[in-house]
Amino acid sequence: MKVGLFIPCYIDQFYPNVGIATLQLLEKLGCDVSFPLNQTCCGQPMANSGFASLSKSCDKNFVSNFRGFDYIVGPSGSCVLHLKEHLHDEQHPGEAEHIRKHVYELTEFLVDVLKVEKLNASFPYKVGLHNSCHGQRGLHLSSMSERNLPAYSKPQQLLNMVNGLELKMPTRSDECCGFGGTFCVFEEAVSVKMGKDRVADHQQNDVQYITGGDTSCLMHLEGILKRNGSKVKTIHIAEILNSNA
Amino acid sequence: MSARESILKNITANKPQLVELPAIDLNDVIQYNDLVQQYKTVLQSIGGGTVELQELSSLQEEFATKKANGDFVVNRIEALGEVSDSLNTLTATDLAAVDTAYINGNIAVAENGAIWLYESNMGNRLLPFICQHLVIVIEKKNIVPTMHHAYNQLETAKEGFGVFLAGPSKTADIEQSLVIGAHGARSLIVHIVG
Amino acid sequence: MSHNSTMKHAEAAANFIKDEPRTNWHDETLWFVRQKRDKAAHGLPEWEQLREWASQIKQHTLSNLDNYLLEFERNAKANGVTVHWATDGADHNRIIYDIIQKNNISKIVKSKSMLTEECGFNEFLHAKGIVTVDTDLGERIVQLRNEAPSHIVLPAIHLKKQDVSDTFHEHLNTEKGNNDPQYLTEAARQHLREKFIEAELAITGVNFAVAETGGFVVCTNEGNADMGAHAAPIHIACMGFEKMIPKAEHLSVFLRLLARSATGQPITTYSSHFMKPREGQEMHIVIVDNGRSRQLGRADFRNSLKCIRCAACFNTCPVYRRSGGHSYHTAVAGPIGSILNPNIDMKANADLPFASTLCGSCSNVCPVKIDIHDQLWKWRQVLVSEGYVDSTKKAGLKGMAFLLARPGLYRFAGKMGRSVMRLFPWIVNNKLNPWYKQRKMPAPPKQSFRDWYLQNKKQ
Repeated sequence: MKVGLFIPCYIDQFYPNVGIATLQLLEKLGCDVSFPLNQTCCGQPMANSGFASLSKSCDKNFVSNFRGFDYIVGPSGSCVLHLKEHLHDEQHPGEAEHIRKHVYELTEFLVDVLKVEKLNASFPYKVGLHNSCHGQRGLHLSSMSERNLPAYSKPQQLLNMVNGLELKMPTRSDECCGFGGTFCVFEEAVSVKMGKDRVADHQQNDVQYITGGDTSCLMHLEGILKRNGSKVKTIHIAEILNSNA
Repeated sequence: MSARESILKNITANKPQLVELPAIDLNDVIQYNDLVQQYKTVLQSIGGGTVELQELSSLQEEFATKKANGDFVVNRIEALGEVSDSLNTLTATDLAAVDTAYINGNIAVAENGAIWLYESNMGNRLLPFICQHLVIVIEKKNIVPTMHHAYNQLETAKEGFGVFLAGPSKTADIEQSLVIGAHGARSLIVHIVG
Repeated sequence: MSHNSTMKHAEAAANFIKDEPRTNWHDETLWFVRQKRDKAAHGLPEWEQLREWASQIKQHTLSNLDNYLLEFERNAKANGVTVHWATDGADHNRIIYDIIQKNNISKIVKSKSMLTEECGFNEFLHAKGIVTVDTDLGERIVQLRNEAPSHIVLPAIHLKKQDVSDTFHEHLNTEKGNNDPQYLTEAARQHLREKFIEAELAITGVNFAVAETGGFVVCTNEGNADMGAHAAPIHIACMGFEKMIPKAEHLSVFLRLLARSATGQPITTYSSHFMKPREGQEMHIVIVDNGRSRQLGRADFRNSLKCIRCAACFNTCPVYRRSGGHSYHTAVAGPIGSILNPNIDMKANADLPFASTLCGSCSNVCPVKIDIHDQLWKWRQVLVSEGYVDSTKKAGLKGMAFLLARPGLYRFAGKMGRSVMRLFPWIVNNKLNPWYKQRKMPAPPKQSFRDWYLQNKKQ
């Protein structure tokens, strides 16, 4: 199975360890992974700000990097959702469509495609899970508190396979952290207030780490935690699932 | 062009292509093992009280006592005693003094505690709202599971006015604190007969 | 009371949040309402099916709306009701004013109608020296304070009981410092009973209008719509034309959803079905367009007209809960307001579709399945292409798009120093940067993932 590794731009630049963990984890699980070297960004920051028209060249670049793979996997629900909903390339419509249908967020790829049932991972800490909105409500990585449908959670299913990990859910299990792309700067006050409230909810559980499938949410929460001198750390779910036993 | 014509013209020009109405299948709808119990539980949860009666005699006593005490009671239920007619001649000021009104309900809904009242049951549209306390009598056999069942039995267009009434008047507009008795009746007791 | 539309959402929200304990209270109170909604929704196994039916009934109605309006008008007239049509808010106000003048009316009670808020009706009458008394408790509170409602179902949700107590002390002579909601509600009950009894005109909104019967349904918990409508010699009901449904039996679907979505109640206390005026009474219906037919023509946005005004999207919205209704500077706030108001005035409301993280919770709670968060996204595209986004934002995003479309340049910018590059809007580490104000920057790593990959993996 040929897997194209999609490492979103901010992970590439700021959180290379998340990319490394994703790559190592996929290889451990037997995937033939390559990282197309000319990838940049999915185009979401522009599109969500109303500039979808400006992301066409980004889309083109994405398609030229990621055509020809069986699957494209990325450690970010938000970027993957954007691609699924909005990736188009007038010159290569078939390739764009193939990508839209075969791009996966990491945890859904592990659960739905690789059907992972056990992981040789250990992370002996108290961990709070942050469900990112785009992963949850967009990609349906877990059931949603608003809907009257059976309960499930792909990230939780995976975290339950990690030795020593004590999973703690906040009281509001799927409230948005307030990152929201450029919302985080254009609506700074609300964004930060939302983030502070998420942090406080997790802190009630005395967690040592807050994890999730979206580095953007975690970066926002980390910024707030650090500014307030908290000992709680953020960690991407790929790093936990890849942690050595 | 009149406002009416221009609005309708714009709607005709802008409306989407016709799509079908869905079929509402009652098999998809919740069922209750015990309609009376369900009804009572819900009504109590929304601030109403319930009394189960074999027949109306005990309510007759209550009604007679109130009347004897000089309370301004209005009765719309034949089985209880003298029925107050020509309520439409009463003004809002007159009706505002009504202590308790006794009214027959047509259909009660187990899922939400609501009771349907036709205008003819009220005698005056204002009565069930403006009275201080409200007593409604329904027959056990007229409790239906859901609103779908209720509308299937009702003819909402039969009279000039009708209401689904569920519990006493209430508000939570001050800090979400529930207060019973906003503008309408301060209490509702439903007598379930049969 | 009019809204301050000069201040944009972000700024107004920042002001709201300055009082953090109050913001927490606002958030928690509305979250509690959302939880009550969840409990009610999860109590019905057919909940998702009901939403689907409601959505389909509304879709169908919109697709045949002209015919249903004609059918409704015909039946309403046959019932003895006078039907008026208003193209916009001014038209709506004028129609009612004509009735007021013709009948020499000075005492008016009005139950909750977001449409009259949308039309600026109270200010319109006020300017003519006529006072309407809002009779919903929450609306009465904000009216006495000369404020706008901050929520379409809970108009005074931004206020604490001390605020209400102060207002009632000033206007209704209640005891100073008595903050008991029971006591305050009783005071309003007595005060408003007088108004109902002496009213010459009652104005109400409409929750549902039934084409098949020409009747309409008004839902309240307090009973204020009925107290007014059944006491006053004239009743005027105002409705946006999207309130139409085909048949009375469809009310079952909507009445099952409305209160459960709004407050978690199984149904509102009163769901009043008005058919004919009572003997000696005059009954009018004003059918209002005010931009709705334009919205009907916008394929991406027309299904916002399915809205039944339950406000579930307000209560679930993490942004609304932390910014308050007034920050939306429109009659209908919250997520649904943010997709309705740009249609009414794109320029004045260009900020609203951006007052969201696109978390999607609004679409999930919506009882008629409006794709609210997708429409927020689509409005952003429209607003940008129509030129309603400020130039610095535009320049920033253009620069970013330019960089991200050019892999070489992107990598070069990254190498230039991750702490200063302009790749991301939050990147500059100084006090002018809104990211940095209350958040630390991520620590820049020595190498990017790509650099690591080239060094360690690439054969």
